[in-house]
Amino acid sequence: MKARVTVMLKSGVLDPQGKAIGQALNRLGFHGVGDVRQGKVIEVELDETDTSRAHAKLSEMCEKLLANTVIENYAIEFK
Amino acid sequence: MKAAVIVFPASNCDRDVAMALERATGKAPLMAWHGEANLPDQLDLIVLPGGFSYGDYLRCGAMAAHSPIMREVIARAKKGTPVLGICNGFQILCETGLLPGVLMRNASLKFVSRSVAMTVEAANTMFTARYTPGQTIRIPVAHGDGNYFADKATLDRLEGEGQVAFRYAQGDNPNGAARNIAGIFNERRTIMGMMPHPERVSEPLHGGTDGKAIFDSLVGALS
Repeated sequence: MKARVTVMLKSGVLDPQGKAIGQALNRLGFHGVGDVRQGKVIEVELDETDTSRAHAKLSEMCEKLLANTVIENYAIEFK
Repeated sequence: MKAAVIVFPASNCDRDVAMALERATGKAPLMAWHGEANLPDQLDLIVLPGGFSYGDYLRCGAMAAHSPIMREVIARAKKGTPVLGICNGFQILCETGLLPGVLMRNASLKFVSRSVAMTVEAANTMFTARYTPGQTIRIPVAHGDGNYFADKATLDRLEGEGQVAFRYAQGDNPNGAARNIAGIFNERRTIMGMMPHPERVSEPLHGGTDGKAIFDSLVGALS
């Protein structure tokens, strides 16, 4: 089973990279671009067939390593 | 004082801090490789040096926080063995949860390598006893991720409980750190993390000696 974990900075946490990307888009002539946030996508292959068990395992991975929950949120989806 | 310096892959200030410790204590510290599982029983101080452990993969300090030696470091720290984390060492301490908060990317997005002015916020600790409270000192920083962040309640608690060790001087905050925080203690003040590099200004040939007091304070308290 393949899962995709998306890690994003929590709203309210300064994201200077997202801000720089937004400014660059504006400079390129893409007007009307609002807030831009940058995150990470981590794909994980799991030897697991049960989605809820896989979800539980991935949540633990996120809490322990993949995300720093002081500043980041994570979302798990299966492909 | 028997000290150990933990060496991770891509630590790059381990020998500098070992030299500063040797000058202060008169003997070379133990250099402990990250893959080891144990540290000697009699140990007065553990130092996590600066660098780019594990290439800063995922987040600064995230990989190092889970390396084999860190289990032992965390266990010792919880028993009260003093721990000093400098730069990457501070990031690792935050990733392990031994210190609250996190070091984010510098607000400028730039790597900053220069001397900064900061004030000593707490001089009644084993790490800072040789400073005077409120003293302004100059110590260099060299990092891309030193923007200290924690939620408001945590910041209030750090300030209220006297857990802020150093603050960047007004107008000299190099990274956007919340409340100009350059270094903090845990609640018992047995663990200190700081972004600036005291080992780089620990003898006259360095062009400054403002960092030396940290090593002298530790020797005074732990020998």
